Amino acid sequence: MRRLTWFNVTSLTLGFAFLYLPMLILIVYSFNESKLVTVWAGFSTKWYGELLRDQAFIDAAKVTLQVAVVSSTVATVLGTMAALVLVRAGRFYGRTLFSGMIYAPLVMPEVITGLSLLLLFIGIGLDRGTITIILAHTTFSMAFVAVVVSSRLVTFDRSLEEAALDLGCSPFDAFRLVTLPIIAPAVISGWLLAFTLSLDDLVIASFTAGPSSTTLPIKIWSSIRLGVSPEINALSTIMIGIVAVGVIAASLITKRASLRQQAYERAAAAQT
Amino acid sequence: MGQTVFEPWNDPEAKPLIQFKNVTKRFGDFTAIDNQTFDIYEREFFALLGPSGCGKTTMMRMLAGFEKPTEGTILLGGQDIAPIPPNKRAVNMMFQSYALFPHLTVWDNIAFGLRRDGKSKEEIAARVEEMLKLTRLTQFARRKPHQISGGQRQRVALARSLAKAPKLLLLDEPMGALDAKLRTATQFELMDIQEKTGTTFVIVTHDQEEAMTVASRVAVMDNGRIIQADTPARIYENPNSVYVADFIGEVTIITGRAYKSGAGYEIHYAEGTAPFYAESETGFGDGETCHLALRPEKVAISAERPEARRNAVQGEIIDIAYLGNLSTYHVKLPTGQMIKAQTANTRRLSRRDFTWEDRVWLSWSDTAAVLLRE
Amino acid sequence: MGRLFLIALPFAWLLALFLVPFLIVLKISLSDIALAIPPYTPTLDLSEGWAGIKAFFAELDFENFVFLTTDDLYWKSYLSSLRIAALSTLLTLLVGYPIAYGMANAPDHWRPTLMMLVILPFWTSFLIRVYSWMGILSTEGYLNQILLWLGLITEPLTILNTPVAVYIGIVYTYLPFMILPIYSALERMDGSLLEAAEDLGCSRLSAFWLITVPLSKNGIIAGCFLVFIPVIGEFVIPSLLGGSRTLMIGKVLWEEFFNNRDWPVASAVAVILLLILIVPIVLFQMNEQKQREADQ
Repeated sequence: MRRLTWFNVTSLTLGFAFLYLPMLILIVYSFNESKLVTVWAGFSTKWYGELLRDQAFIDAAKVTLQVAVVSSTVATVLGTMAALVLVRAGRFYGRTLFSGMIYAPLVMPEVITGLSLLLLFIGIGLDRGTITIILAHTTFSMAFVAVVVSSRLVTFDRSLEEAALDLGCSPFDAFRLVTLPIIAPAVISGWLLAFTLSLDDLVIASFTAGPSSTTLPIKIWSSIRLGVSPEINALSTIMIGIVAVGVIAASLITKRASLRQQAYERAAAAQT
Repeated sequence: MGQTVFEPWNDPEAKPLIQFKNVTKRFGDFTAIDNQTFDIYEREFFALLGPSGCGKTTMMRMLAGFEKPTEGTILLGGQDIAPIPPNKRAVNMMFQSYALFPHLTVWDNIAFGLRRDGKSKEEIAARVEEMLKLTRLTQFARRKPHQISGGQRQRVALARSLAKAPKLLLLDEPMGALDAKLRTATQFELMDIQEKTGTTFVIVTHDQEEAMTVASRVAVMDNGRIIQADTPARIYENPNSVYVADFIGEVTIITGRAYKSGAGYEIHYAEGTAPFYAESETGFGDGETCHLALRPEKVAISAERPEARRNAVQGEIIDIAYLGNLSTYHVKLPTGQMIKAQTANTRRLSRRDFTWEDRVWLSWSDTAAVLLRE
Repeated sequence: MGRLFLIALPFAWLLALFLVPFLIVLKISLSDIALAIPPYTPTLDLSEGWAGIKAFFAELDFENFVFLTTDDLYWKSYLSSLRIAALSTLLTLLVGYPIAYGMANAPDHWRPTLMMLVILPFWTSFLIRVYSWMGILSTEGYLNQILLWLGLITEPLTILNTPVAVYIGIVYTYLPFMILPIYSALERMDGSLLEAAEDLGCSRLSAFWLITVPLSKNGIIAGCFLVFIPVIGEFVIPSLLGGSRTLMIGKVLWEEFFNNRDWPVASAVAVILLLILIVPIVLFQMNEQKQREADQ
């Protein structure tokens, strides 16, 4: 009984307005001429220019991307392994501890994760810098990858792998040639999740970053503590734009794939 | 005193419980129900039978109040029910999915409707117990729907919809989710309960056997129209169209031209062959196209040409469908037509008379076939 | 062999970078503050052998935890964190439920788009989403401009740097966490249940209370935990929107560490924060478990 009553339309409209208006305002005012962000003084793209000339921002963006790419890739490998262990490995000594350590970072407050990792790095005398942020981000995002991948593995039909073994594959080949291609969408979304978590993280990075390795969120943080700034508005607009384009493109690709799938099925049905 | 036959539809004095008057229902461009007028009488067990998408469910949902007719009126006990919302109608429905509330026990599911009526605690308890007893569910009263079997769930749904003692009970594919064996048992149980409670039942089904078993009258539907509404026996023996003949049971249809001959018609179906002969209730003009509908169990199969019968034809056995109690032979005539003949397997299989590629004679009486115009 | 490697690598990683750091926090929370780098004693010196270990354990004490009970800043912030988390969870539920309901009742072909619109904010920077409210809520911000222009107020309202701003920020950023589980519960619901309720004499509203709400209960519970648990340890929102008057424990920890450089106290705060979180986390796990069993 799907009914689009006035109540539903109102709640959807208000709800999505609430979700999107603040970001919309941010985007509009990033094109504001005036330095006073709350007063409209005409259209201008000058803050984008200022932003791109600000070497500190450029450097921070580089560090952030570097950290995000490396940490999300390592986290995807480790997280996929952890997912395989959770779903496939059966019983082994320390399994409870293992699964506890996988799920705990999901609910652990970032301040605690950050603090504890910082104390470790100091304890073992590791200088804080890009490496320590990468280690920290890998650790907390591999948990997210493990959850995403293991939920796909649970529904994976194991007879496919058995068929591969039956046809002469080694276990590793069976994984590489059969399992991995099938769970690839989950692995990719795990990577994307890890990547965005890393891009987005302020708290853990603040604890584990050294003076030479400022990430973008840390840079944004230190400038917005002083209040709203037009440069940050411009930066936000760029970031929102990239995400929106990415997500919309991804959903269009999935939609096209499913439409194509339907067309194939229809064609196949017509042939029989 | 002999029991009078229950046939209110033949009694001009009888007042119908439900009257559809020129009811049309459209969804956008799609016409689900096309200008239908018919009556359902009190205590009837009325079956709406048809393939999916024929409009039978729409018909039922209009009675329940979930859909309103686009045109025409539906009367319940002489009163237009269009303005009455579903929660105020003396009509209850048993849903195809059963729609049992998963968070409530069997007891609370049955009591649900009674509570809405603001009845006293004692009244509700008494009525629920009565319903539990009627549907043999007393021992499952405290269970949740997911803790009982499919057949029991079906009975809970029935008990819940009967609890409010509706004037009219609607059953949407009530046995769709049951396996074949349970279905047969449940059909008889349903008839029993209908008789005990004296409630008028309207059942929607796509299973012709089910409709024939339970219903006092069956309405065969197609494309938003009732093609024929009659007793199961008349629907089977006297279908009014090829569609109905074909929908109910097995049938062979042979198309030809009718020519008046004595009390019946000769049907010329192929060049250079002797015509078939059939008596008919419907009249045909000479040379008019007609369809001969022949039930397989009325066709005899023999090695020699039978003497007494006018309708006899020779052919070759192409296929044999062995069904245990019956065998159906698919016999191909030299002219290409395929005729189905059925025999009861009273003898053991090893002594079967005919086998594949045998040439056999098929024969049937003058009154065995029905002549149809469309 | 392959299996051993598969288990060993992620296991070793998690031991080294998750469990060990956490044990260090526990240890430091039982240590004394010192003005050296690292600013706490004792450090475990294994070169001194058994004596070193004994000395290490001898110097551990619960001083920092006792200190937390004496300064009312700490227990006030714990309580305030719990209160803010509870109230903002309730607010998020009130805002999120109608949206989830609307989505579940929207036509089929709209739903993927609506889903995408709810998920999209997940992928955009949390920091930026919180930041976007600073411009709206400040004294000369857009909200005050509109209200003044409408003539609803004559003086600008002070919203930024008050708890109200924190509530708005939390509801805004955590809304998708509330909407998604409720939506998935409502979407799975069989529409004929509501028809059955109506057929049995319910009005629309009573069918909602008697059928829809109980059947979305699990979604509501899951959504509430998904908001409540992370909000307790929240740092960014109270720091940016709450001003100095809003006490939340995540912020206190941060300030203790970075501003006061009192590592032992910061560690003790972290340990207690975790202890507080254990109760809702365990409850959440139990609820999830129950739901999985019910699904089977």
